[in-house]
Formats: sequence, C-alpha cells, structure tokens
Amino acid sequence: MWKNRAVQTLLIGAASTSVLIVVLIFLFLGKEAAPFALTPGLSALFDSKWIPVSFQRERFGILPLLSGSALVTLLAMLITIPFSVLGAIYIAELAKPLEREILKPFIEILASIPSVVLGFFGLVVLAPLVKSFFGLNTGLNALTGAILLSIMAIPTVISISEDALNSVPHVYKRASLALGASQLQTIFRVTVPAALPGIIAAVMLGVGRVIGETMAVMMVTGNAAIITANPLDPVRTMTATIAAEMGEVPFGSVHYQALFCIGVVLLLVTFGLNVIGQQVLRRYGMRQ
Amino acid sequence: MSGSFSENLIYGLLRAITYAIVLLVGYILFDIVIKGLPVLNWEFVSGYPHQSGASGGILPAIAGTFYLVLGTISVALPLGVGSAIYLSEYAFQGKFTTIIRMAIITLAGVPSIVYGLFGLGLFVLFFRFGASILSGSLTLACMVLPTIIVASEEALRAVPKGYREASLALGATKWETIRTNVLPYSLSGMITGSILGVGRAAGETAPILLTVAAFFLPKLPNSIFDQVMALPYHLYILATQHPDAEKVRPMQYGTALVLLLLVLGLSLGAIFIRAHYRKKYKW
Amino acid sequence: MVDKKQALLLEDFDIEIVSRDLNFYYGDNQALFGISVGMPAKQVTALIGPSGCGKSTFLRTLNRMNDIIPGARVEGQVLISGKDIYQHGTDVVKLRRKVGMVFQKSNPFPKSIFENVAYGPRIHGTRDRQQLAAIVEKSLVRAGLWEEVKDRLNDNALGLSGGQQQRLCIARALAVDPQILLMDEPASALDPKSTARVEDLIGELRELYTIVIVTHNMQQAARVSDFTAFFYEGALVEFNATKLIFTNPKEKQTEDYITGRFG
Repeated sequence: MWKNRAVQTLLIGAASTSVLIVVLIFLFLGKEAAPFALTPGLSALFDSKWIPVSFQRERFGILPLLSGSALVTLLAMLITIPFSVLGAIYIAELAKPLEREILKPFIEILASIPSVVLGFFGLVVLAPLVKSFFGLNTGLNALTGAILLSIMAIPTVISISEDALNSVPHVYKRASLALGASQLQTIFRVTVPAALPGIIAAVMLGVGRVIGETMAVMMVTGNAAIITANPLDPVRTMTATIAAEMGEVPFGSVHYQALFCIGVVLLLVTFGLNVIGQQVLRRYGMRQ
Repeated sequence: MSGSFSENLIYGLLRAITYAIVLLVGYILFDIVIKGLPVLNWEFVSGYPHQSGASGGILPAIAGTFYLVLGTISVALPLGVGSAIYLSEYAFQGKFTTIIRMAIITLAGVPSIVYGLFGLGLFVLFFRFGASILSGSLTLACMVLPTIIVASEEALRAVPKGYREASLALGATKWETIRTNVLPYSLSGMITGSILGVGRAAGETAPILLTVAAFFLPKLPNSIFDQVMALPYHLYILATQHPDAEKVRPMQYGTALVLLLLVLGLSLGAIFIRAHYRKKYKW
Repeated sequence: MVDKKQALLLEDFDIEIVSRDLNFYYGDNQALFGISVGMPAKQVTALIGPSGCGKSTFLRTLNRMNDIIPGARVEGQVLISGKDIYQHGTDVVKLRRKVGMVFQKSNPFPKSIFENVAYGPRIHGTRDRQQLAAIVEKSLVRAGLWEEVKDRLNDNALGLSGGQQQRLCIARALAVDPQILLMDEPASALDPKSTARVEDLIGELRELYTIVIVTHNMQQAARVSDFTAFFYEGALVEFNATKLIFTNPKEKQTEDYITGRFG
C-alpha cells in the first residue's frame, strides 16, 4: 500500500513540473525585465526608435520591432491561410486514401525541418530569387521572411484544419449529397462552414508559431529596425532582436532588461493567442 | 464522379495547391542533399574545424548536439512519462488536473527564444550553471516536455480499458496493473513520441543560443558544465557571421545536410519503432 | 446436482453474498436504489433486466470494481461471508482475490496463454515455476480449455478464437482460487456454439464456486441459473428461484419483462 502511495506522490510531482515551469518562466522573465520599469520606465518602450547602443542617447522603443513582427506575420498568414486551408480540404475531402497516406508524411517532414535549415535555404536560395524577381538591392526583406515563415506554419495549420474537417459528422455530408448537391458544393456549403471554428483555431495557433519563430526570420528579414508597411523593405522582428543582441549585451544593463521586456511582450502575445485558440477548439470540440 | 467544367477546374486547383506544397518540400530536401553530399565524407564528420569553420570537420558540433539530445532526453523523458501516467491513470477531473493541462498547453505555445531567455535567467544566471551542457539540456527539456507528455498520454490511453479492469479484478494493485499491463504495451508509443519531440530539440537554435552554444570551440567537452558547439548554431554562424560566407557555402550545405539527416533520421527511426511494435501488440 | 424440476427454496442454502439497502451513485445520478438481497453459496444467481437497469452496476459493487470510476459513491452494506466489504480498512486486493470477475468482452492480456493464467498467482507472490505450471494446468482444465491449448501454452493468447479467449479469461480468474465468480454477460459477444460451451462450463463450475452472472438473454438465465434477480430502473423488483421467476412471477413488471412485453 505504501508503495502505491509513493508512486502516486512521485507521479503528481512529475505532473506538477509543467505548472512549475510555467510559473518560473513568467517569474524569471518578469524578474529580469522588472528594473526597466523603474528606470527608464515602461513608457520608454513606446518609442519609435530602437537604438540600444549609442554614444548620444540610447532608445528602447519596441514599436519598430512590433511593427516588424506584425508585418512579417501578416504577410506570412496571407500566404499560409489559402495554401493550408485549401490543402487541408484537398487532403481531408478529395484525395484518394492511398494519396492521403503519401501526402501526409510529406507535410509532416516539412514540420520537422529545423528552422535554421529553412533559414539557410531562405538565405541562399529564396532571397536571391526574391531579389532578382523584384529587381531589388537585397532579397533580405519582410517578404522573404514571410514566405519562409509560411513554409513553417503550413504543416501546423494543415494538420489542425484537417482534423477539424474530419470531425464534421458524415451524416451532414451524406444528407447534402442526398439532396443532389455536388461534392464540391457539399464541401464549401456544408463541411467547411461546419469546420470553420476549428480552422480559425488552426490559423490562430499558426499565428502563434509564426510570431515566435526566431532563427529563420533573423537570417532573412534584413534586420533593419524601421517602421514600414512595404513588404520589400527589410524589417526586424522582436524574436530576432533578442537572439541577435542578447549575446553581446552586459548582463543586468538597461539594454539587457529591454530585451527581457521584449521577451515578456512576446510571451504575453503568444500566451493570449494560445488561450483563445484552445478556447475556440474546446468549444468546437464540445459542440460535436 | 464527373462534374461540370468549373467543378473540375476547382478540383484541379485544390490538387495543384496541395502538390505545390509537396514539391516545395521535395525541392528543399533535394537542394540540400545535392549540394551537401559532395562535402559529406568521413573527414567532415570526424574532424575538427579550422579557420572558424571554413575548413576541416564538424565533429565538435555533432558531439555537442549529441550531448544536448542525451541530456534533454534524460531530464524530459522521466518527467514527461511520469506526468502522462498521472494524467491518464490517476487524475480525476478537477481543478488540479485542469491547471496541469492549461500549463502543458501554455508550454507548447511558448516561443523558443523565450525558452532561451528563461534558461538564461534561471539556469545560467540564477542557478549559476553558466553557459553549459547542463543549462542547455534543461532549457531544451522544458521546451520538449509538452510534446512528450501529449504523445505518452495518447499511447497510454490507447491501451484497452479491459486490460486494466482484468488486472484489477485479479487483485493487482493499481501500480502493479500499470507496471505490468499498461506500460509494456504503451512503451513503443511513448518512445516514438519522445523521439519526435527530441528530434525537434536537436534542430533548435534559439534556446541554446543563450544557454550553451559556443561560437567556435574546436574541442570536446569534459563535463556537463562545459560549453559546446552545436550543429544548428554552427550552421547559423557559418551562414551569417562568417566573413567569407560565399566561400564556405559547401561547408554550410554539409552542416545543413548532417543536421537534416540527424533530425529526419530520428523521426524515421521513431516511425520505424512504432510500425514494429504495432505488429507485436495488436488489439 | 440440484433437481431443476423442483423449485429451490432459498431457506435451504447458506447465504454467501448479502447486500443491505445498497445505494449507488455516479456523481449526482443514482444508479441503484436500496438493493437488499442474499445470494446463496455454491449456486448460480442470474441478474436480469433491460439494459440500463443497474444489473451490471450491482455486479461490480460486489468486488468494488466501481471504485475505479471517478465520482462513484456507495451507501449501504455488502457482506461477503459475513464481512462488510465497504467497511473502512477493507483490503480491496484481498477482496478481489476472493471475488473473481469475468468481463463481457473477453480481455486476455497480449501475452502468452501461460502468462495470462499465471498473472494472478504471480502478482500474489507465487514465483516457483513448477507451482505456477500446476496452477495453470489446473485452471485451464477447470475452464475446459486445457486439451485445446496444452501444446501451445507459449503462443500469444490473442491468437485464440473468441470463445477460447473467454474461457481463457475464466481460467485466469480461477487461477487465484476465488470463492465467488462474477460474470458480466460473459457470452454476449460469442457465437452460439461458443456460448453453449461457456454455459456448460458454468454448469460444471457451480459445484466449486458461488457464481453471479449478468445476462440480457432470458433463455440463458433460465438455462444456467438456480436463482434469478430481476432489476428494473435501478431497483430490485423480484428475487426468487429461477423456476419460480419464469413460471410464476409475483410482480407484474417481472411478468411483462419475461413475456417480452418490454425490454
């Protein structure tokens, strides 16, 4: 009997580590970022310039970084959504069973390619293509980053959307077909609307993945901290800023704290997206 | 079913989009394999780098990644499997379980660079482990924990309820039942899921950037408190920080190929294990 | 063997299983309402009734298998050989050794035939290989399976036919030497021939064990049991000798069910 107790206690301990890690993440990011709130104060973050190292005046405005992340994410989703949703529809509804068995592993492989390898591919293959296609000086810009990010997000969004499409009850489809609707009519008028919440959740989780991606964007977006809406301009994202600058910054300096502030913002944004996405998925799952 | 012209057009479009994705995957793999293969030889994988990686081999980076994977597994596997056993076999629907599940979902969504910051703050600085294999492994373990938990729980839940009932009805205690009649049948699934998770860790750069990875350190580590090179970081450095990036391109492709082979090899290995055990335990 | 032509009288038997005012809840839903009944030793008692009437739930209160369901709650008493099994401090492990169970869906472990039967004795501490072999043989003989499997004891149990698997599960339950055998619709997933084989087996085992069997098949209850309890909507409607229940039911509900007016 004591053995059962001991085992159970151990298992509860193991299960609690996840909670502990979440708490520690918030705690330690907050702890390292907190002094920034005193000097120079949080308002310093709402500056339009990020000039962390300067002989005159350092500026820690994260607005250009936020706008960089937002631009890249927006562009990436513009590419990701049609490709993933239509791809998921094809795989879930139209592909023959054997075809599906071949398509799915391919897309899973895409998901398992390390982001630094994709970044490298973007740097040496994609960026020159973008450069010559648009006749630019450099192919390292928001668009190239967005294309790479969409390559990363597509497998996530496809697989969750596909699950959502598969969980639409067969009776709906059969009823629609029995009423004389064609297969495509059934898909676009019945199946997709019924699976919509799941697809939306998939897209939100995809956005979370894209915002948090670091290496690939750092390698191909050009890393200029400017506020722009032009896809062909180089931009710098929040993640790339942390990764690029943390290595060279003195621990405990204001710059160091500012980078942790970016981390906190990143954490809160992805956390929010995740919570909302899961909520949508859960409500959707309950309705089934 | 032969539809109208417009139906066929839409059908063709959907198919074209799907195959475009497949082609893209194929092209990426093809490009890296074709350009990486000429560099790949025994000297490359067993030699030490020279001239900041412009020549020589990548042994320290391979070894570093190997140590990190090993360290990550040995921390994350027991914790992940333990959590999964608790969630699938012991937990009741309640506040505590809900909190744990929320935490797991949250962890799964945390960006890898944030894990890097966290590892820097907690392991490198607070615990004073420094930039080391230990800090890096612990950071990566936190990152892959949710993957391992989810995969393991799925494997446990796939074991038919009847086995547990039959064992309990024979007078086995709960833990005896789990040990003898649940774990053995779910082991393959748990291992598969864990390898897939760890494969992801092997390819990650952002979390190790701040916690372990060395820019250029052409020697093997002596202890878990040493810094190491790692394949993904080495590729990053070669591709973006090297003064003569164009000239070391073959080395970059070679490194990318080795990393790709390692990560895909782990995944394929996992899938192979799964297929093998599926045949053994059929229910 | 008892003469089935003559109705049995409960007073003639030792009562081995007694439930007193037993209420059972799944969370807020009450599934059993004040069940009081005494089941005789070394006899076969059948629990019948329409699906959802609580007969399986009642069966599972007798070896506390309901304990593993989250939110399950029991009120009242179940006495086995005079001891209340819901009393605080009851060793559930010991109880389940004494009260074996066979499930509706045959559930052999994906191990060898030998390991399946040896599982119970092993977890209860029998290590000696020869002793285990003797127990395995005895149990398989009792379950009427020995002749069919004695040459392939090391084969995987999942290679057996459905009927053989169910008899293997019976052998596995017998291997821990129980007093009581609970059977939850043991033949409902089997073909007619295998069903007949299991029914014959129950007839042979009744000399050695007290058997309680849940069945949705009234002919089966009539064929195999000595006593029958009719459950309806969580309550025990009638309990009597099988012959009386089927020829001369006292309650209108029992009669309606038996004559097939509902169910």
